[in-house]
Amino acid sequence: MFGKLNWSAIPIDQPIPMIASGLVALVILGVLAWVVLAGHLPYLWREWITSVDHKRIGVMYTLLATVMLLRGFVDALMMRSQQAIALQSQGYLPPEHYNQIFSAHGTIMIFFVAMPFVIGLMNLVVPLQLGVRDVAFPTLNSVGFWLTATGALLVNISLVVGEFARTGWLPYPPLSELTYSPGVGVDYYLWALQISGVGTLVAGINLVTTVLKLRTRGMTYLRMPMFCWTTLASNLLIVAAFPILTATLAMLILDRYFGFHFFTNEAGGNVMMFMNLIWAWGHPEVYILVLPAFGIFSEVVSTFSGKPLFGYRSMVLATMAICIISFMVWLHHFFTMGAGPTVNAIFGIASMIIAVPTGVKIYNWLFTMYGGRVRFDTPMLWALGFMVTFILGGLTGVLVAVPPADFLLHNSLFLVAHFHNVIIGGVLFGAFAGYTYWFPKAFGFRLHEGFGKAAFWCWLIGFYVAFMPLYAVGFLGMTRRMQHYDVPEWRPWLLIAGVGALIILAGIIFQIMQLTVSIRRREELRDRTGDPWDGRSLEWATASPPPVFNFAIPPDVSGEDAYWSLKARAKQQDLEKREPDYKDIEMPRNSPTGFVCAFFATIMGFALIWHIWWMVAAGAIGAFTTFVAFAWRDHDEYVIPAKEVARIDRANIEERRAMISLAGA
Amino acid sequence: MNIFDPQGPIAAAQKTILIDSIGIMLAIVLPTIAAIFAFAYWFRESNPRATYQPHWAYSGRIELVVWSIPTLTIILLGGVAWIGSHQLDPARPIDGTGAPIRIQVVSLDWKWLFIYPDQGIATVNTLTVPVGSPLDLELTSGSVMNAFFIPQLGSMIYTMNGMVTRLKLRADNQGTLRGLSSHFSGDGFPDMMFDVQVVPQLEFPDWVARTAQTDRILNAESYGKLAQQSVETGTSTYRLEDPRLFHAIVTQQIPPGPGPKLTSESAQSYIGGHDVR
Repeated sequence: MFGKLNWSAIPIDQPIPMIASGLVALVILGVLAWVVLAGHLPYLWREWITSVDHKRIGVMYTLLATVMLLRGFVDALMMRSQQAIALQSQGYLPPEHYNQIFSAHGTIMIFFVAMPFVIGLMNLVVPLQLGVRDVAFPTLNSVGFWLTATGALLVNISLVVGEFARTGWLPYPPLSELTYSPGVGVDYYLWALQISGVGTLVAGINLVTTVLKLRTRGMTYLRMPMFCWTTLASNLLIVAAFPILTATLAMLILDRYFGFHFFTNEAGGNVMMFMNLIWAWGHPEVYILVLPAFGIFSEVVSTFSGKPLFGYRSMVLATMAICIISFMVWLHHFFTMGAGPTVNAIFGIASMIIAVPTGVKIYNWLFTMYGGRVRFDTPMLWALGFMVTFILGGLTGVLVAVPPADFLLHNSLFLVAHFHNVIIGGVLFGAFAGYTYWFPKAFGFRLHEGFGKAAFWCWLIGFYVAFMPLYAVGFLGMTRRMQHYDVPEWRPWLLIAGVGALIILAGIIFQIMQLTVSIRRREELRDRTGDPWDGRSLEWATASPPPVFNFAIPPDVSGEDAYWSLKARAKQQDLEKREPDYKDIEMPRNSPTGFVCAFFATIMGFALIWHIWWMVAAGAIGAFTTFVAFAWRDHDEYVIPAKEVARIDRANIEERRAMISLAGA
Repeated sequence: MNIFDPQGPIAAAQKTILIDSIGIMLAIVLPTIAAIFAFAYWFRESNPRATYQPHWAYSGRIELVVWSIPTLTIILLGGVAWIGSHQLDPARPIDGTGAPIRIQVVSLDWKWLFIYPDQGIATVNTLTVPVGSPLDLELTSGSVMNAFFIPQLGSMIYTMNGMVTRLKLRADNQGTLRGLSSHFSGDGFPDMMFDVQVVPQLEFPDWVARTAQTDRILNAESYGKLAQQSVETGTSTYRLEDPRLFHAIVTQQIPPGPGPKLTSESAQSYIGGHDVR
C-alpha cells in the first residue's frame, strides 16, 4: 500500500533531525494558525498564491530563497562545528548524518537559494526595466515558481521522512547507484531536482521570451539596461543547460528504478559519462547564477556613482562571450580523471579565457566610479565588497584552471574556499545588493540603512575569516567532506573557520533585524516618489510599489539610461504639464494553476521516492487535469478602466512633483 | 601533508607552477584592488576636489587597455598551463634510481590495497617505496570512485572501477608521508588515509622479503573479504597468489564491491541507518 514507506522511515532515535524538524514544524504550524485565525488566508490566496503578477512572483521566489538560506546556513554551521571538533574523534555527527548535511547544504544553496534569489530578482525587475506590463507567460511564471517550491519542500520532507542523499551535491555514480546507495536519499535528490528543474526551465523560457519579444517602444537591444542583458544571457544558458541536467538525472533514475546501466560499474555503464554530462550543465550553471549578479552590480555601481555604466557595449560583448565560452570548459572539473595532457591543457586554457571578459567587467565597474559621485549606501557597499572579493575568487579560479596546479588542489578545501569565494562574494553579495536596492521598489519603503551596513560588514569580515583558513588548510592537503580527521595541523584553521561562520551568523541576524525594524518603521522609510536612489532605468519611473499594470502609459525610450534622460528633460521643461491620454488596460487574471499543479507534483514526487505507485498515478492525473482545465479556460484577462488607471497614475505624479519642487526650493 | 613542502620532483614542479601562477596574477590583481579602493575613496560624494563627469562613459584607449591586460595575462598563463600539462602529465615516465617499481593500487570501501606484482606481495593502507626509485602506479577501484593523493608527492588521480589510470611518482627523501582519498566515497571515506613509508634503497628488498613471509595470502577469495564495506584499523600485509589479480579486478572478472549489506527486507536497510563501524 505504501511502497517502501513505513514508520521506521522517521528517525525517532536521532535527536538532531527530530528536534530541528519539530521546531520547523511548530513554526510553520504557528504561522499557518496565525494566517487562518487572523483571516489572512483569503487575502493570501487571492493576492499572492494565485497571483500571476511578475512582481509578486518575484517576491515569493526571493522569500523562498531567504527561508532556504537559513536552512542551508544551519547545515553550514553544523559542518563547521563538526570539523572544528572532530580531530581524532567522531565529533557529534555520525558519518551517515554528516554526509547528508553537506549534500543537503550544497543542493539547497545552489538550487533553492541562489537560483530562486536571482530568478526572483529578474522576475521582479526585468519587465519594469523593459517598460512592459508583465512577463511573456504570466501563468507559466506562477507554475515555474510553485514547482521550484515543490522541490524545496521535498528536500525538507527528507529531514523527517527517510533521509537525504549522502553522495555530495552532485550524486556521482557509482556511489549514487542502487548498489551503493540503496536508501531513498538519492531518490529525494533526484525527484526534488527533476521537479524544480522543470520550474527553472519554464522560468528561463519565460524570461528569454520576455526580453526578446516584450520591450517598450524605443527599447532597442543596445538601450536595454545591463541587468536585462545579463538576464538574457543567463536565461539562454538555462534554456540550453537545464535539459542536460534533466536528461542526466533521468538516466540515473532509469538506472535506479528500472535496472538500466547508464552509469553502473557493470554491463557497460560509464561513470565518466555522468561526470561529463553533469558538468556540461554544471559549469554553465555557475554563470547562470553569476551573470545576473554582474547585472545587478552594473546597475548599482552606475546608480550610486551618478554616471552611466562605463563601456556599455564592451560589457554587452563580455556578457555574451561569457555566455558562449561557459559551455566549452566543463572538463576542468575533473582534470584528475587522467585524460591526456592536450585535452587538459585545452580545457584549462578555455577556462582561463573566461577570465578575460570577467576581468573587463571589473575594470568597467572601476571606470564607472571614475569621475562619479560615489554614494556609499548599502547596495554600493555590497558592490565594492564584491569587486574586491570576486577578484580574489577569480585568481584562485584561474589557479585551479592550470592543470598541474589543480593536481595538487582539486577536491581540497582550497577548492571549497574558491567556489564559496565566487558564490558568496559574487552571487550572494549580488543578491543582497539587489535585495536592498530593489526592496523599496517592491514594497514602497526602504530597508533600514544602519542594520544593512552592519549586516554587510559582518558578512564581509565573516566571509574572510571563514574561508581564508580553508584556502590555507587546502594547501595542507585537507580534502573536502571529511567527517573526522587525525592531522593536528588542520585543527587551528578549522577553528578559525568556525569563528568566521559565527560572524556570518551575526550578519544574518542583522539582516533579520533589518527586515523587522524596517517593516515596523515603514512609514518613516516610505518611498513616495518611486525613485529613492536617483535611479537611471525605467523601474524607477513608476510608483513604489508599482501598480499592477506597472506603467499607465508605456514609456517611450530614446537612449540608454532611459529614466535618467527622461528626468533630465523633465527638469528642463519644468515637468510635462500635458495630461497623458489614458487607455483601458487588459491584465491577465490570477490563476491557481501553478499552485494546484505543484500540489499534485509534490504528491507525485513523494510517491515516486517511496515507490507508492497508486499515488504516483493520482498525482500525475491530477497535474495533467489541472493543465487541461487551464487550457480550456474562457476568460483569462480582465480590464482596468482608463479612469482607474488615470487615478492611480495622477497620485504618483503628484508625489513626484511635490518632491521635485521641494528639492528645487 | 603541506604541499609547499614537496618530497618528490612532481610535487616540486607543481608547487613551482602554483606559486608562479599566483605571482603572475597578483601582479595585476593587487593594483586593481588598490585602484578600486582609490577610485571609490577619491570620487566619494563628499570630496569637493574630485571632478564630476556625469556623461563620461566611454574611452577607446581605456577599453583597449582593459581588454589587453587580462588577455596578456591569460596568454602568459595559458602557456604555463600548456607546457605544464604536458611536462607533468601523470602518465609521463620519470627518471630515478634503478628500474621502476610497479605498484597496482586498488581503492576499496574504505581502504587502499597496494599490490606489488613483481615482488609478489600486497599491503593494505600502507605503501612502502624505496627512496629515489621511479614509481610506476596503475590505479583502479574495486567499487566506487576515489582519488589517490599523496600531497607531498603530487598529482592526485581518480580511481574508477573497470578502468586503469596511470601515475608516475618519485619520493626523494626518506621518511613517512601521508596519503588520502581525495574523492568522497561514502561513510568510511575519512578513514581512507594511509601512510607512505619511504625507505632506503637497500632496505626495500629486506622489507619485501619480510613481507613475503606472511602467512596471509591474497587471492580472489581474500580479496572478496577485503572488498566488503569496512574500515580497516591497522595495516595488514599479504603474499600475492596470482600476479594477475589486478587484471582480474580491472576486467571485472572479480565483480565490483557489494556495497552496504542489506540486513533484512525491512525498510531500515533502505534508509541505511546502519553504522559503518
